[in-house]
Amino acid sequence: MPTAAPVEIKEPEVGEVAAADRPWKVLVWNDPINLMSYVTFVLQKLFGYSREKAHSLMLDVHYKGRAVVSHGPREKAELDVFRLHEHGLWATMEHDS
Amino acid sequence: MGDHGARQLTPLFARRLIQRSGDAYKLNLDGDERDLLRNLGPQFAALLDDPTQPVLERLFPPAYNEQEDLQLQDEYRRLMQEDLVDRHRQEFELLASTAGSDALTGEQLLAWARALNSIRLVLGTHLDVQEDEENRRPESPDEALYQWLTYLLGEVVEALEDQT
Repeated sequence: MPTAAPVEIKEPEVGEVAAADRPWKVLVWNDPINLMSYVTFVLQKLFGYSREKAHSLMLDVHYKGRAVVSHGPREKAELDVFRLHEHGLWATMEHDS
Repeated sequence: MGDHGARQLTPLFARRLIQRSGDAYKLNLDGDERDLLRNLGPQFAALLDDPTQPVLERLFPPAYNEQEDLQLQDEYRRLMQEDLVDRHRQEFELLASTAGSDALTGEQLLAWARALNSIRLVLGTHLDVQEDEENRRPESPDEALYQWLTYLLGEVVEALEDQT
């Protein structure tokens, strides 16, 4: 930067802190390529879900278009999303309202 | 999800491609099938040289898609994309380097599952595969390949789930 102007440090507003602490949910979305058996297998493997629970989440993804597969603070949710992306699942995260 | 091709083609491939034997998974693939996998690995690894190309979009979906989280998405891509690219590359390379093996370990077979699925995601994007295409016929070599990979991945998952 060209000038050495005093750096203004922005203090987070109370509302922003609360927003950052709000829990997140991780969603898996339906897509026409991933196999039902593969999605069920990945959900069991990554989250330790029983076959029945993983199968039921997979059916929600398939028939309702999406399913919430985990919850937690941002770091945990982001790691879950990354692991799902490693396995090719279409996962996103958003604030749990 | 995309199971229709798999169901439709099952009778054509009565042979079991992967069989669990103790802690190992035997590969019951012929020479042409092994050559195919050996060639696919480096082809798809090379595509990763430009991870921003549209045909790869399913390998790198956004983690955040809410308007208010766009900044977080930029950060996620900046921090994680390289790891994800490396991961996919290693798995494509492993698929090629183990295609001639008699048997795989559970860990190797799991890497196969991810590699085969990634290849299907890219091919499926290229072919513009849609939901519920019950009567999709393989009209091009790419479609025939896609359907064979679908069948092979189904076999891999079945073998990984075999707890006997």
